[in-house]
Amino acid sequence: MAETTTHSYLENTGRYKGLLSWLTTTDHKRIGLMYMWAMMVFFLVGVILGEIMRLELFRPGQQFFNAQTYNGIFTIHGIIMIFTVVIPGLAAVFGNFSMPLLIGAHDVAFPRLNLFSWYLFIAGAAIALASQFMGNGPPDTGWTFYAPYSTQTHTNVVAAVFGAFVLGFSSILTGLNFIVTIHRLRAPGMTFFKMPLFPWSIYATAWIQVLATPIVGITLLMIIAERWFRIGFFDPSLGGDPILYQHLFWIYSHPAVYIMILPAMGVITEIIPTFSQKRIYGYRAIAMSSLAIAGVGYFVWAHHMFTSGISTTERWIFSLLTFLVAIPSAIKVFNWVGTMYKGSISLKPPFIFALGFIFLFMIGGLTGLVQGSLATDIHVHDTAFVVAHFHYIVFGGVGFAFFAALHYWYPKMFGRMYNFRRANIAFAFMFIGFNLLYFPQFILGLMGMPRRYFDYLPQFTAGQQISAVGGWLLLVGIIIMLVNLFSKKGAKAPDNPWGGKTLEWTIPSPPTVENFENIPEVTEQPYNYD
Amino acid sequence: MFTEATNFSGDVDLAFKVIIGISIFFLVGITTVMLYFVIRYRRSKHPKAVQVKDSNILEITWTLIPLALAMTMFYYGYAAFRSQRTFPSDAMNVTVVSKMWVWSFVYPGDKESAMLVLPINKAVVLNLTSLDVIHSFYVPAFRQKEDCVPGKTNQMWFIPKLAGEYWVLCAEYCGMNHSYMEAKVRVVSQAEYDAWISALPAKSAEPEGLSIIKKNGCTGCHSLDGSKLVSTSFKGLYGKESLVVTDGKEHTITVDDAYVKTSMYEPDKDIVKGLPKGVMKSYKGVISDGEVAKVIEYLKSIK
Repeated sequence: MAETTTHSYLENTGRYKGLLSWLTTTDHKRIGLMYMWAMMVFFLVGVILGEIMRLELFRPGQQFFNAQTYNGIFTIHGIIMIFTVVIPGLAAVFGNFSMPLLIGAHDVAFPRLNLFSWYLFIAGAAIALASQFMGNGPPDTGWTFYAPYSTQTHTNVVAAVFGAFVLGFSSILTGLNFIVTIHRLRAPGMTFFKMPLFPWSIYATAWIQVLATPIVGITLLMIIAERWFRIGFFDPSLGGDPILYQHLFWIYSHPAVYIMILPAMGVITEIIPTFSQKRIYGYRAIAMSSLAIAGVGYFVWAHHMFTSGISTTERWIFSLLTFLVAIPSAIKVFNWVGTMYKGSISLKPPFIFALGFIFLFMIGGLTGLVQGSLATDIHVHDTAFVVAHFHYIVFGGVGFAFFAALHYWYPKMFGRMYNFRRANIAFAFMFIGFNLLYFPQFILGLMGMPRRYFDYLPQFTAGQQISAVGGWLLLVGIIIMLVNLFSKKGAKAPDNPWGGKTLEWTIPSPPTVENFENIPEVTEQPYNYD
Repeated sequence: MFTEATNFSGDVDLAFKVIIGISIFFLVGITTVMLYFVIRYRRSKHPKAVQVKDSNILEITWTLIPLALAMTMFYYGYAAFRSQRTFPSDAMNVTVVSKMWVWSFVYPGDKESAMLVLPINKAVVLNLTSLDVIHSFYVPAFRQKEDCVPGKTNQMWFIPKLAGEYWVLCAEYCGMNHSYMEAKVRVVSQAEYDAWISALPAKSAEPEGLSIIKKNGCTGCHSLDGSKLVSTSFKGLYGKESLVVTDGKEHTITVDDAYVKTSMYEPDKDIVKGLPKGVMKSYKGVISDGEVAKVIEYLKSIK
């Protein structure tokens, strides 16, 4: 029997040993793990920057550093978290590790392109981080790089923008790879409607990555052209239009929210049937709602611009479309809860994280309606309300789904179990800390506290202090979780620790290099618990 | 929290109540059902799952009901907004001029004020402009904001209904002192307004150098009264000795014509010790040589 069908992918079977064997790997599972390690470093840097901002905001006035430093910190916090953590996030880590296993493939369609995408990711992140140490000081534009401020400020915007541009290419190539993989490499007999729902969500995501990312790529290059060659795209003093920048930026960056959240929904859709031992309720409705989100999500971008002075007609059309895109998300939530009905529910850590996701995602989604509606958005736009809303989506949603996925597929990834009790304690700290941190920001926003404020009026102090305390609890939870998962080896994991029905649970934990000795023949629906 | 400070704020608050009310209903309802299922069907009590067939009727129901509610929420938000975009023809006009990091309000008759004073119960249209980057005119108590975009004029309008003082905050991030870019709206009786506006001097009465300083937003960082903002105050600056850093070397200069001009055209060349580099942009090509002379003339006058 060949080495690749008997040895775990974690053992070295290739030409190189040690670190070099990882850096030259084309195995989708190893690449998934390499994304995860890199992202974990970026995530922790982003978390620490966030905690530093909370300390500065603990009292009105200046505490530890000046306004310019604060502006630099929220900018790099946003760039790291958005471009190197939540956008690649679940798609890069679990799209790589799990998706080929779930569709019964040996690897992705273009393994070397996959490794190249990882290197682009690292290069882009390195360039973005280098912006902190080179040139005329850290960029101070916010992660949105709004023109004409971004084309005028003396700080080192070009490096940050170019880093984001390179990261975009990593995203496009990963998307392309996944589309081809899902079209060409599904196990025999696995039609699209016999495919599990996590690959479905990755499929919808991949199309957004391929179609939307080039637009932001071009837009970021336009910023560089305007700064270097004074070509007037956006700055009115050069003959440009700042509103054009906002359109171009959000045509990508709103669909980017769905690049983040669709795989998160996909993960939850895998976890709930497994721990309820039940067929997913509304399989087709969930699959179609992923496509609907990806499709309608393209046409809502101007809801980020309701106060920018666009016409009244534009405003109401985009508001209406925004309300429509909420429906497929609601359908998913109903079907998840429907799946639990008459199930046999096992309250293991992945399922608890999934429940946490549903609750936090609902708050994030429902408060999105306040901002989709015209009159109310005019009040809360660019306030702490928006900060709370998108942290509920990208951290409460994507973050908790990521942790759910990690606890779900961890035994498959490493062939080891972890301590359930400690995982639950970590969840409790994170869940309580998270809500204490971000819920007060809704109230502050309704009271009229604008975002990106270094200093604030005294009436906002109490809310800021509750947020700071929540931030500390959240940090404690994250540390407990990481120590529990990565400090020492747990007991050996069985092949199918949760009683799942999808294909990854039919192979050894950890899988062999080739995943499947023989590609299985699929004859049934996934989630067949009858 | 709920004040009816303008003719619109009541409708906006109603839209908030409708949307947040429906949202809380969904959040509490779904969470309760979910937790009920988790407890009722936990494995120790319910060891064998019962497989349930998909129901198209159920799927359609929970698509159409949220759709109807979503359209209701859209409507309330739209209705309260539409009236804000229907401008009256007999309103008074005030131009809001924003620049890093100060607001100013220009009244008919070329009168300029740092505070927005408005007569109660009278419609006002604000013409929102910016001299540099995007700012956003936000009065939380009025539930209204609209961006001040350079190169175009946006508009908003309202009728103040409640006398008092309200904060104007900048809601669009605009650089270093974004969080300090604030002003006040004061809503007063018609008589008080009339007295105030007639006492306000016309802009043309002020020295030309001062107008140039104000127009370019210099006063965002440099005060005129000796108080310390981001940078040195203009008051008493001319003729003073100052310790500066040029290419990493410290030396003392006297603030004279040449130094003032260098500071405006090449702000990063001689940095006053202790101040950050790269904050001020060059005004070369923005403020002409002739205007620089006017500014110097003004600086000499406030020694």
